[in-house]
Amino acid sequence: MRPLINLDKCDGCGLCVAVCCSNILKMVDKNLVIVDGDGCDWCALCEAVCISGAIVCPLEIVLNS
Amino acid sequence: MLEPGLLRAIPYFSELSDEELNEVGQYFFEESYVRDEIIFLEGDEARNLYFVASGVVKTFKTSSDGKEQTIELARPGDVLNEVAVFDGGPNPTSAQAITPVRLYKIEKSKMLAIISQRPVIALEVLRLMAAKMRRLTELVEDLSFRPVVGRVAKILLEQARAPLVSRLSQREMAAMAGTAREMVSRSLKTLEDEGAIKMERNRVVILDPEALERRAA
Ligand code: SF4
Ligand code: SF4
Repeated sequence: MRPLINLDKCDGCGLCVAVCCSNILKMVDKNLVIVDGDGCDWCALCEAVCISGAIVCPLEIVLNS
Repeated sequence: MLEPGLLRAIPYFSELSDEELNEVGQYFFEESYVRDEIIFLEGDEARNLYFVASGVVKTFKTSSDGKEQTIELARPGDVLNEVAVFDGGPNPTSAQAITPVRLYKIEKSKMLAIISQRPVIALEVLRLMAAKMRRLTELVEDLSFRPVVGRVAKILLEQARAPLVSRLSQREMAAMAGTAREMVSRSLKTLEDEGAIKMERNRVVILDPEALERRAA
């Protein structure tokens, strides 16, 4: 599982990279990339700081069975 | 002393000439903060006005039982603690760096002197203050008249019973509930505290559908 990135919306500001405690987001040639998706702890801080909605951490919603 | 080019990126000063920016720039200092560092505390006297140069700052309030409530995230170009600087009262919130942060800082008295000489800055301050007032008014409306928790509860139930898409982000839930993303994250926390849901890594598990239904009613 890894956050979803929409590069069309991303302006390359890098705020998500700066806020990610797991250091799994990187800017490579002004493009945002995920370097180690398994390291993501789904804190969703990247989603919170991104003003353009270019990165999201979708949640599965289930009933406790 | 700050370069005119750096100051121009700040909305307060975007209308100034190079000469004016040079003059204003001499009153500014740059400060750096590491992630998690506190920049100022709620209740303290505001001696300086800060602008975010890079990184993200969280402003928050702390309740008497130690609970923290995020008010806003300030990003590059945004101003911090202008309320306390302009009304002369204590800081209404605390501020903490949530990334490595660089700030531009100016003493309150210097800032007030600059504004009194340049109406164009005063207008920009007013415009940004009004925009903030509008955001906070909407927040008050959400908190008092349109309980967002109920709408989030409804979205969770509908999504669990008859999913339209496989997964939903908090941003998408915010759009569906007609509110800010921060309100969704707050609502999820409330529902979890009440024992109605459990947040797992990338899942929301509904533990008590009846409790959600009562909330949604
Ligand atoms: S915060 Fe958003 S816009 Fe900025 S780099 Fe990350 S995804 Fe792109
Ligand atoms: S959800 Fe958290 S850990 Fe995962 S990429 Fe975003 S900021 Fe990093």
